Amino acid sequence: MPDGSGGRPNESAAGDAAGPSPRPLPCGVGEVGGGHGVGGRVVGLAGPTRIARIPWGSERLAGYAFIAPAAAIIVGLVGYPFALALWFSVSDAWVGEFGRFVGLANYRRLLQNSIFRQTLQNSIVFTASSVALKTVLGLALALLLYRIHGFRRLIRGAVLMPFVIPTALSTLGWWWLFQPTYGVLNWTLKRLGMITTDIPWLADPYLAMLSVVIVNTWRGLPFYAMTILAGLMAIPREYYEAAEADGAGAWYRFRHITLPLIKPVLGIVVLFSTILTLADFNIVFVLTKGGPMNMTHLFSTLSFQLGTAGGKISDGAAVSLFLFPVLVAVVTLQLRIIRRQTAYE
Amino acid sequence: MSSPGVLRRWRPFLTGHLPVLPFVVFALFPFYHMVVTSLKSDAELYNPLKVPLWIEEGPTLAHYGLLAQETLFPRWYLNTLAVSGLTTALSVAIGLLAAYALARLRFRGVIAFGVAIFITYLVPPTLLFLPLAIVVNQLGLSDSLWSLVVTYPTFLVPFNSWLLMGYLRTIPKELEECAMIDGCNRVQALLRIILPVAMPGIICALLFSFTFSWGEFLYSLVFISSAERRTLAVGVVSDLIRGDVFYWGSLMAGAVLASLPIVVVYVLFMDYYVKGLTAGSVKG
Repeated sequence: MPDGSGGRPNESAAGDAAGPSPRPLPCGVGEVGGGHGVGGRVVGLAGPTRIARIPWGSERLAGYAFIAPAAAIIVGLVGYPFALALWFSVSDAWVGEFGRFVGLANYRRLLQNSIFRQTLQNSIVFTASSVALKTVLGLALALLLYRIHGFRRLIRGAVLMPFVIPTALSTLGWWWLFQPTYGVLNWTLKRLGMITTDIPWLADPYLAMLSVVIVNTWRGLPFYAMTILAGLMAIPREYYEAAEADGAGAWYRFRHITLPLIKPVLGIVVLFSTILTLADFNIVFVLTKGGPMNMTHLFSTLSFQLGTAGGKISDGAAVSLFLFPVLVAVVTLQLRIIRRQTAYE
Repeated sequence: MSSPGVLRRWRPFLTGHLPVLPFVVFALFPFYHMVVTSLKSDAELYNPLKVPLWIEEGPTLAHYGLLAQETLFPRWYLNTLAVSGLTTALSVAIGLLAAYALARLRFRGVIAFGVAIFITYLVPPTLLFLPLAIVVNQLGLSDSLWSLVVTYPTFLVPFNSWLLMGYLRTIPKELEECAMIDGCNRVQALLRIILPVAMPGIICALLFSFTFSWGEFLYSLVFISSAERRTLAVGVVSDLIRGDVFYWGSLMAGAVLASLPIVVVYVLFMDYYVKGLTAGSVKG
């Protein structure tokens, strides 16, 4: 880490800087000894005794100036659109019109709509099975990567590839694999004698769901594996050595050392991934466009269809806002995990 | 057959490399098959007697030629390069400033700002694309590449702020404090002291921002309607698929060529990607 090179850039830069700004700025040196360590808790930031010794004005002005661009983006391009989405979902807005207040009519209509109900069911099936698959396979892959030494960099590089390539494009590759007549999947199954007629992967409602789950798992696996791997590497080796000395078997070590210690990491990964899986658009859009018979529609693809192709912005906004309660739950849980972790530190 | 010595020598391979092999094949096969398909002649591609796993009749660049001559592919390339370059530079700069404020400065509202960044970071782009389309329209940017330059920072800036904040917190505070005692002002301290030391973190932010904007799909699909203003991902997906007749060869060639810059960048800077991911601060 940068600690080692601490002295050098310090001196040279200080020398450079002496020219342009001759006025020395005493800036908060007083609190260095105050135990404000690296990565300290957020709560510690506002201790009144420390603030007293800093020229409060310059730091505050700098603070507001530095966050201004980011804050403008958050307010103008996230907060404002979010307020618009809320308004649209309770109004009868169509493309180009602002609409008038209709209460929860859009939500009520949606909940009675069979396509929306199907979408709700699809979303649960898609998210639950993808996240479960990614968790199990990601944990397995992380444990394997943890013990591999030869060709480590190469193997990690290969495994990470699906994360890097644009999803819409790699999904095109999968589309071609699933192609019934010329696709390599059916060709292989036929060669192996497992099937005699072509399987309509994306035309059959249940197989289509299976297909999008497979591609989503493929896409998300690197994130799980790499993050869990980082969690594994943070576990002190001595724990395992001590357990081994006591004659604990591999399963026992996994169950009583590995699993409890990577639980926080696993929790964060699963929460993160749940919201992103639920909000997935690219894979379903490229592979099935929500079909066949709306059996793979997710909130995002349905709201895209209603809001852009159908021109019903209000319905589309209402659909995507169904993601919001999940988002709130995820944020709350995430903050709780992070807070608990910092409390232990 | 196997003495204990031999078994011990091969054990890491049998318990590590062998079981990881299916994962590697699973991860790489779609790309391998895309490349193979893009280099095959149509005659071989649609002959069910041929093995689809490799090329039997010699590679051809015909599909790539078709892309360059008969589609807007080169144009999409320039569009994507311009948008990704600009948004990456912008959002890393804005994110670095915000991260510095979050990691170092104390002022009223900084905690609220940190929470806001974190929440925005978790908001998936699919939640807001419809109202954002309205905002883009209000700004007069509909069907312009500027609509992407303006909207990509909505997910890149929170990401970069979060990533860089974590990184800046590992840099000892004393570094810039000394500089400031010696007369640097805050901006100078940031540029001359923090920037060089934080370079690995900044490279990481640059790489991820570039990767994300290069592959972004939904906003580009919704905000851009003219074919000549499309970005690569949307152009390949929506314009190279023509009705029921599939041009699998050129479609795969388009996907390969469109992913190529990211693959090159990835191979060159792989360790940064791994580091960024393992920092636990990337959503995937």
